[in-house]
Amino acid sequence: MHLVLFLIFGGLCVAGALNLLLQRHPINSALSLIVVMTSLAVLYLLLGAEFLAAAQVIVYSGAIMVLFTFVIMLLNAGKEERTHGSKAAYIVGFPGAAALLGILTYIFLKQSDHLGSAKLGGYLVTTSDLSRVLFRDLLLPFEVTSVLILVAILGAVALARREH
Amino acid sequence: MVVPIAYYLVLSAILFSIGVAAFLIKRNIISIFMSIELMLNAVNLTFVAFAHQWHQVSGQIFVFFVMVVAAAEAAVGLAIIIAIFRTRNTLDVDHVDLMKL
Amino acid sequence: MTSSLHLWLIPLVPFAGFLVNGLLGRRFPKALVTTVALIATLIPFVQVANIALHFSSLTLPYTEQVATWITAGNFHADFAFALDQLTLIMLLVVTGVGFLIHIYSVGYMAEEEGYWRFFAYLNLFMFFMLTLVLAENFLLMFVGWEGVGLASYLLIGFYLTKDSAANAGKKAFVVNRIGDFGFLLAMFLLIAHFGTLSFSEVFNQVAQHPEWQGGFLTAIALFLILGATGKSAQIPLYVWLPDAMEGPTPVSALIHAATMVTAGVYMVVRTHAIFDRSPFALSTIAVIGTATALFAATIGLVQTDIKRVLAYSTVSQLGYMFLACGVAAYSSGIFHLLTHAFFKALLFLSAGSVIHALGGEQDMRVMGGLRKKIPITFWTMTMAVLAICGVFPFAGFFSKDEILYQAFISPNGLGKILWFVGLLTAGLTSFYMFRLWYLTFFGESRAQAAAHDDHGHGHGHGVHESSWVMLTPLVILAILSVIGGWVGVPEAMGGHAEIAHFLSPVTGAAHEAAEGRSMELLLAAVSLSVAAIGWFIAHLMYFMKPELPAQLASKVRGIYLLLLNKYWVDQLYGAVVVAPILLISRYVLKGLFDTGVITGGGMAIGYSAQGLGALVQRVQSGNIRSYAGWLALGAAALLLLTYVGFGTHLLFR
Repeated sequence: MHLVLFLIFGGLCVAGALNLLLQRHPINSALSLIVVMTSLAVLYLLLGAEFLAAAQVIVYSGAIMVLFTFVIMLLNAGKEERTHGSKAAYIVGFPGAAALLGILTYIFLKQSDHLGSAKLGGYLVTTSDLSRVLFRDLLLPFEVTSVLILVAILGAVALARREH
Repeated sequence: MVVPIAYYLVLSAILFSIGVAAFLIKRNIISIFMSIELMLNAVNLTFVAFAHQWHQVSGQIFVFFVMVVAAAEAAVGLAIIIAIFRTRNTLDVDHVDLMKL
Repeated sequence: MTSSLHLWLIPLVPFAGFLVNGLLGRRFPKALVTTVALIATLIPFVQVANIALHFSSLTLPYTEQVATWITAGNFHADFAFALDQLTLIMLLVVTGVGFLIHIYSVGYMAEEEGYWRFFAYLNLFMFFMLTLVLAENFLLMFVGWEGVGLASYLLIGFYLTKDSAANAGKKAFVVNRIGDFGFLLAMFLLIAHFGTLSFSEVFNQVAQHPEWQGGFLTAIALFLILGATGKSAQIPLYVWLPDAMEGPTPVSALIHAATMVTAGVYMVVRTHAIFDRSPFALSTIAVIGTATALFAATIGLVQTDIKRVLAYSTVSQLGYMFLACGVAAYSSGIFHLLTHAFFKALLFLSAGSVIHALGGEQDMRVMGGLRKKIPITFWTMTMAVLAICGVFPFAGFFSKDEILYQAFISPNGLGKILWFVGLLTAGLTSFYMFRLWYLTFFGESRAQAAAHDDHGHGHGHGVHESSWVMLTPLVILAILSVIGGWVGVPEAMGGHAEIAHFLSPVTGAAHEAAEGRSMELLLAAVSLSVAAIGWFIAHLMYFMKPELPAQLASKVRGIYLLLLNKYWVDQLYGAVVVAPILLISRYVLKGLFDTGVITGGGMAIGYSAQGLGALVQRVQSGNIRSYAGWLALGAAALLLLTYVGFGTHLLFR
C-alpha cells in the first residue's frame, strides 16, 4: 500500500518536474510546479509529517505559487524562444547536473541497507509535538523568522514600487 | 509493505537534478526562479525522510524554517524581477548581463 | 698613553677640499679654487710632519677606531686607522710629494678649462690614497684601493674631449679591476681562514701558528699578488700605465709615479707576514718584478714620446721594488719607493716643464738644444736622471744598490740570476735615461717654430722657462733626489742604514750576509760601472754620432720594430682577451640572454598573464546560466570529494 502510494505520487512529482522543464510558457511551468508541490504534500503525509503536509499545501502551493502566477500574469511573459545563449551552461552544466544525480543516487542506493525503511504510521509527528519543540526550545529562531518575513515584506515593497 | 528510505532519497535527488537542469535550460527568469523552488522542495523531502528514519523532530522543524525562508525569498526575488522588467523590458536572462567584464 | 692623533683628519681634509671644489668650484674664481685645494693638501702635510716630529714619543702600534662598519655574526670590520713606521713613511711621501705637485699644478694647469675639476679630482685622489695608507684593516684599505683607481680614471680622462684620453681612462680602470678581483678573492680567503680582516689580528694569528706554511697562505698571497700587479703595473697587468700618460703631466707625476702605483708595493710589505710563510709566492713576486723590470726597460729604449719613456721607466722601477719584496728585503723595497717617489716625480714634472716650454710638444725627435734655453729645468732634470741611474751619491744609488745586494745574498736559489737581470736592467735604465737627456737638451734644436699643441699650451711666444710656481717644486724635489738616499746609507759604506732600522719593527730585520761588507762594496762598484757603460753608449749614440741610432735601427730592424711596438702585447690582449669577451657580450649575453631570455622571459610572463586573464575573463560573462553551469559542476565535485573523503571507510568495507 505504502509502496503503491509512493510510486503514484512520486511519479507525479517527477512528471510535474519534467513538465516544468519542458514547457515553453512559464505559466505552464508554474502549474506543473503546483502539481509537484501537492504530490510532495502527500509524500509528507506518508512520512508522518502531517503539519508539514498542510503547510506545504497552504504556504507553498497556496501562497508562493499563486504569487508566481500573479507575477507571470502581471509581466505578461510570453513564450520563450529556445535559443542557445550560453555554451558553458550546456557544456559544463549538464555534465555537472548529471554527475550530481549520479553521485547522489549511487550513494543512496549503496547505503540503502543502513538507511532502513519507512513504515506507514511508523513515526507520526503530531502538530502538538512539533509546536512543543518549536515554541519551547526554538522560540528565538521562530521569532527571528517573523522579523525575517517583515524585512522581506519591506524589501519587496521597496523594490517593486513604481519609480516616481 | 515498506518503502526503503533510500527510495525517497533517490526521488529527491531526481527532483533536485531536474531543478538544476531546468535552471540551465530555461531562459525566462521566472522559470528559473521556479526551478529554484523545485530544488528547495527536493531538499525538504530529504529532511522529512531522514526525520522519519531517525525519529527526530528536528528534521521537520528544519523543513518549517526552509519554507519560511523560501517564502520570503520568493517575495523579494519576484520584486527584483519586476524591477528588472521595468528597466530592461525583457525577461530573458541572457540579456541581463550588465555584470559582464 | 698617547693622546689622540686625530688620524681621521688626515684623509678627511682633502675630501672636504674635493667636496668644496667639486660642488662649488665651477663658480669660484681661480684663486679660490687654488686656495682651497692647496690648503686641503697642506693641512694633512703639516699634521703628518707634526706626528713625525713627535714620533718617538708615541706608543706603537697606534690605532684609532672611528666608527663601526660591519658586524655580522662573528665578523667585524671597522673604520679604523693605524699608524706605524711604515705608515709614517708612506704618509710623508703622499702628503709631501702630493703637496709639491699641487703647487706645480697651479702653474701647469693655469690655462685649462676644467681647472676646478682637476683640483677636485686631485684632492679626491689624496683622500683615497691616505685612506689606503692609514687603513687598519683590509676592507678599508680596499676602499682606498678602489678609490685611487677611480680617481686615476677620472684624472687620466681629464681631457674629456679627447677620445684617446677617455679610452686610456677606461683601460686603466678595467685592468685595475682585474687586479682588484684578485684582492677581493684574497679578502674572502682571509675571512674564511682567519675570520677577520684586521691587519693586527690576522698577523697575530699567523705568528701564533708557525706550522702554517704554504697551502692556503700561498693562495692568499697569490691573489694579493694579482691585485698588486694590477695596481702597480707589473706583468701581466701593466698595459694601462703607458696609456695613462694621456692624462695631464702632474697626474702622471703624482699618481702614476709617486703614489698610486706604489700602493701594490705598500700592500705587499704590509702583509709580508703572509708572504714570509710562502716561499713560492715570494719567488713569484721576485720573478714577476725582475721580468717586468727588464721587459719595460727594453721597451723604453726606443720610445719617442718623452712621457712614454718615463712611464716604462716607472714600470721598470716598480719591478725593482717587487724584486726587493720577493727576496724578503721589505725595507729595501720601501726605501726604493721613497727615493723613486722623489726622482720620478721630479722627472715627470721636469718633462712637464719641457712640454710646457715647447708649447705642448712631447715627441723627443723634435726636441733638442734646450739646455741653454730652460736652464733650471735642465739642472733639475739632470739631478733626477743621475738619481735614477744610480749614480753615487744620489738617492737612487743607495736604494737600487740595496735591492741588488739583497737579491744577490738572498737564500732564494734564484738570487744570483735575479741580481744579474737587475744589473742588466740598471744598465738599460742608464742608457735610456741618458738617451732622453741628450735628445731633449743637447744638440741642435729640432723643434718647429710654431708648435701645435694638444692641450691648450700654445702661447706662441717661443721657448721659455716655466714660472716660479712650477720651478719651486722642481728645485725642492731635486734637493730631495740628491739627499734622499742618505737615510739608507748601508753600514758597509759608513752609514747607519737608518731607514732599515726605522722600519725593522714592521718589516723584520734585513739580512746580513756572511760575506759581509766587502761584498756589498764590490757589488756597488759593479753596478756603478754598468751605469757608466750605459751612459757611455748613450753618449756615443746621441751626442757624438747622432746618425748611429738610425743605422742601428735599420740593421736590427726586426728587434727594433718589436720593441717599438711594445712587443705587440696590447694587440695580443686585444685579440686573445678583449675580442672574445666582446663577442660573447654582444652576441651571447646581449643577443641571447638579454634580449632573448630576460626580455623574452619578461614579455612571455606578461603575455601569458594577459592570455590567462583573457581566458578567465570569459567566465565573467554576466550570463547567469553559465554561472549556474559552473556552480553545478562545482557542487558535483564537492559532493564527490565529501563522499570520498568521509566515506572512504565505508567504501572499503
